[in-house]
Amino acid sequence: MSDLHNPYIVPGEDAGEVEHHILDAAPPTPKAKFEWSTVFGPLALFIVFMGLWQYMHESGLRTFFDKPGFLVPSPVTVINESFMRSRPRGKLLTGLQWTAFVAFIGLAITIVVGMALATIMARAKWAERAVYPYLVALQAMPVLAIVPVIAAVFGYGLGPRIFVCVMISIFPVASNTLFGLLSVDKGQHDLFTLSGASRLTRLFKLQFPSAMPAIFTGFRISAGLSVIGAVVGEQFFRQGSKPGIGIVIEEYRQKIRFPQIYGGLVLVAALGIAVFLLFGWLTKVVVGHWHESTR
Amino acid sequence: MEATTQAHDDAPTRVPRMNDSVSAPALSFNGVSMVYPDGTHALSETTFDVRPGEFVTVVGPSGCGKSTLLKIASGLHDPTTGSVTVDRKKVGYVFQDATLLQWRNVQRNVELLAELAGVPKAERAQRATDAIQMVGLGGFERKYPKQLSGGMKMRASLARTLVLGPSVFLFDEPFGAVDEITRERLNDEVISLFDRQRFAALFITHSISEAVFLSTKVMVMSARPGRIVAEYDIPFDYPRVPDLRFEPEFAHICGEISHALRGAHT
Repeated sequence: MSDLHNPYIVPGEDAGEVEHHILDAAPPTPKAKFEWSTVFGPLALFIVFMGLWQYMHESGLRTFFDKPGFLVPSPVTVINESFMRSRPRGKLLTGLQWTAFVAFIGLAITIVVGMALATIMARAKWAERAVYPYLVALQAMPVLAIVPVIAAVFGYGLGPRIFVCVMISIFPVASNTLFGLLSVDKGQHDLFTLSGASRLTRLFKLQFPSAMPAIFTGFRISAGLSVIGAVVGEQFFRQGSKPGIGIVIEEYRQKIRFPQIYGGLVLVAALGIAVFLLFGWLTKVVVGHWHESTR
Repeated sequence: MEATTQAHDDAPTRVPRMNDSVSAPALSFNGVSMVYPDGTHALSETTFDVRPGEFVTVVGPSGCGKSTLLKIASGLHDPTTGSVTVDRKKVGYVFQDATLLQWRNVQRNVELLAELAGVPKAERAQRATDAIQMVGLGGFERKYPKQLSGGMKMRASLARTLVLGPSVFLFDEPFGAVDEITRERLNDEVISLFDRQRFAALFITHSISEAVFLSTKVMVMSARPGRIVAEYDIPFDYPRVPDLRFEPEFAHICGEISHALRGAHT
């Protein structure tokens, strides 16, 4: 190492031992640090929510809305009636399984079809012009309105339920993938152009990797929608032979058994949260190590 | 020593340079003009050569069409009239931004061009390792771009260009975005590469001192349409030490170019 007063490349120095001086500092790597707020916040809100729920059951409903308390059974009753007794627990969990199954298959199809559509649209402007308006229309349409028609034509099996699920959840994957594929840095495109890269090489080595953060954001939104699509679709496919949780809830509603309705809702919410966390984790694994901001 | 100045309108007379065996130009512009589809007249009737061992820098006001020169030289754009002669396979392009792929670490970024050119895996890994050492980024191979400073990113970008061993370097204002001190360090790096490899270089900048420090020849460009209005041969020998920047002779040449630029601007 040369001394501080002459930290430069010295003339005649052996080319193999040129000294390099990097002065501008690299940005610090943020350390994953445990913070109390990550636990405390959700926990505090949970306690407040439970308290409010209990209060609504005991006197709130009566006081403010002049309605009987059994409309909102207490959390303890919900747990006891839904999950401590084996019959309703079995029905609800089996329902949840079927719903999760429909949502999962629906999401898989959504991802494959949505990304394929986006890839085609990204490669040909005319394809984008032709397809995109229909995706937007699908997004804006109350799909539920035509669910009875779909049921009438295709029957009440799993297929039509998955189909509805895909219709409801496909837009975010398709539009985010398209956005990601088209927002590649121009300089990086020039780099590939100068290298004489083929369109396929450009797609797989530049566009897809670059689009990954946007694509995963699309996955996360679509995953949530696929759960909604599975549950809500079911409520219109009442006669289904493999009753999902939406159908189970609907049955309990007809029997006016409120604790089990709430129990079903809790399970659906848990499924939604699980899917959301799963995709958050996946995003972190796939793009977290290079993307600037992964949350 | 006195900087040799020529008005460019009459036939350019070349001043003989060190061990000048008058080699064939590695890059030559023959009456190149460029009018963009939106009507911008970016470049007008430009003719010059860059020979192996020549480091030619173009300075000019922003928006004068300097970058257009490189876009045409590399083949990214086709000129409206005139032609460029260069072996495109031998061209290395250093971009204005580092344009590193954020999802690849330094090693894999530096390998990229070799990978796209179909160089076998083991060989391109070796070449990348060498190039990374050459630009002083040893030890940072596994870092991702977001973990690097601006100067380090430019070093990685330089290394990426080095991997295919180009004999013509095109530099598109590569150090415009880094601070002054880092820029000088990167200039030292480029000088030492040039001194070792004696490629042909066409460098674009708006920093006069950067231009004089690096080059064998500085060309001044006017704005709209871009035209070469003056050129200066820079008489200093290589390798150039950083303290060269504080020599009176250096300041004198910078002054002359600055005047020429002001003339070009009005």
